[in-house]
Amino acid sequence: MNIPALEIRNLEKTYPGGLQALKGIDLTVKEGEFVALLGPNGAGKSTTISILCSLVQKTAGKVSVCGYDIDTDFPTAKQQLGIVPQEFNFNSFEKVQDILVTQAGYYGVPAHIARDRADHYMKKLGLWEKRTTVARMLSGGMKRRLMIARALVHEPRILVLDEPTAGVDIELRRSMWQFLKEKNAEGTTIILTTHYLEEAEALCKRVAIIDKGELVADMQTRDLLKRLQVETFVLDVQGDLPKDFALPDYEAKVIDEHTLEVTLDKQKQHTANDLFVALSAQGIVVQSLRNKANRLEELFVRLLEQGRAA
Amino acid sequence: MTPAQKYIAFQTIVVREIRRFMRIWVQTLVPPVITMSLYFVIFGKLIGSRIGDMGGYSYMEFVVPGLIMMSVITNSYSNVVSSFYGAKFANNIEELLVSPTPNWIILAGFVIGGVARGLAVGLLVTLVSLFFTRLQIYSIPVTVLVVFLTAVLFSIGGLINAIYANSFDDISIVPTFVLTPLTYLGGVFYSIELLPEFWAKVSQANPVLYVVNTFRYGVLGHSDIHVGYAIGMILVAVLVGGAFALHQLTYSPRLRN
Repeated sequence: MNIPALEIRNLEKTYPGGLQALKGIDLTVKEGEFVALLGPNGAGKSTTISILCSLVQKTAGKVSVCGYDIDTDFPTAKQQLGIVPQEFNFNSFEKVQDILVTQAGYYGVPAHIARDRADHYMKKLGLWEKRTTVARMLSGGMKRRLMIARALVHEPRILVLDEPTAGVDIELRRSMWQFLKEKNAEGTTIILTTHYLEEAEALCKRVAIIDKGELVADMQTRDLLKRLQVETFVLDVQGDLPKDFALPDYEAKVIDEHTLEVTLDKQKQHTANDLFVALSAQGIVVQSLRNKANRLEELFVRLLEQGRAA
Repeated sequence: MTPAQKYIAFQTIVVREIRRFMRIWVQTLVPPVITMSLYFVIFGKLIGSRIGDMGGYSYMEFVVPGLIMMSVITNSYSNVVSSFYGAKFANNIEELLVSPTPNWIILAGFVIGGVARGLAVGLLVTLVSLFFTRLQIYSIPVTVLVVFLTAVLFSIGGLINAIYANSFDDISIVPTFVLTPLTYLGGVFYSIELLPEFWAKVSQANPVLYVVNTFRYGVLGHSDIHVGYAIGMILVAVLVGGAFALHQLTYSPRLRN
């Protein structure tokens, strides 16, 4: 039987002030998975991660990392984990390479191996030219990459990233995605919290959604997206829209003379094909189309609304 | 972690601590040497020459061991308090807390870092003192033991202070209002034989008195209190302080929620 990379059972956390941040979370992550942990601010994502790395002490429940129970063998459990926290928390007065080698040392990695690994990740993450620069002189994007390199220097089996691309430009975000995909393909289990749902959809095969300390969804991203009943598309048309055009079966809105917004509802048996036929019959040629919002985002908002209404 | 991995983690903390105070040597190593040189000139040479003997030695001979010890105490303490609190303030203490490094290794690493600075400054001050007096070590084992234990004790104190501190003000309160008075009243500049009986007895509650006198014994062969008793007291303080610091490292809500 395969041991899960992460197993969380009935995890609860109540802070001294009485705030119940986690109300009995159950989550199992298999080895090699790439899982997104989503949720609005204050949902309990960061608390969950902080419990994994011992910065927050749980109130109740069981957590095991690669089969090592954090109550009985926390040091071995920690050895399996690489944590990339939300806030920059390296010593900004130290050089990039020193930060990496020192961090490896805390995990018992001998200095010559630590230096080789630090070199590898600095090259891989575009930090090589800055290896002797003190960390405070790095740009925001480089600091983010340094945090990822630092989490990897002891070669953990699980990489946990808390909002790794917050404030990072699109180009850099894409290169970080590529890097994370490669790490996952090499066998590293990755757990990612993010506010960019596009990121979760692009990277993660599985999505778990936390809201108000409870798990409200946990399934394959593909299956989750199937639950999306309504999808809105923005269509760019060739030439001007005819003044008398009509789409009575659809919820449609004219944005300008070249742009149309149409909502397809699966419950009404709408298909994109039928929509194109209806538009074509009125002499409208669609040049291009795109989703109005990220699909996961629509579903995410819907799920949270459903959960809160229940 | 295997014992070899624990040793690497310990070594990493110690090297990082030494690198830190060496990088800012102008702030960490030079000022205590200048301050102590002024003490040697003013108290030892100028005023001391008018004071005459103290405990059977010239005032300069008497005051030098106390001043060396004073620099060891303040520097081992301030190294750990500023390094640990700085790491806590910038959140980079989390680098250590999330790692599998056991808390006792974290404690030992920071303490040895503090000891290294205390000894480095102590050595520099000792070298400067040679310009003012001839130092003949009466007992090398006692001198080495007491200077090491003292640096350990005050490094532990610095760590406890750093864990409790919520602001940079908090890390200067203890050195200013506790450590400095205890050091000045701990027999650095005078023999407690000069005090009335009541104040001499009160002075015995001052831990600095034990370390200064034991060190002075190691150097001069003279002490106001029994050396075995004093070493015992320092050892007890190290063990109690170390246990408390370890408990705080493990359970303090100031480090972990």
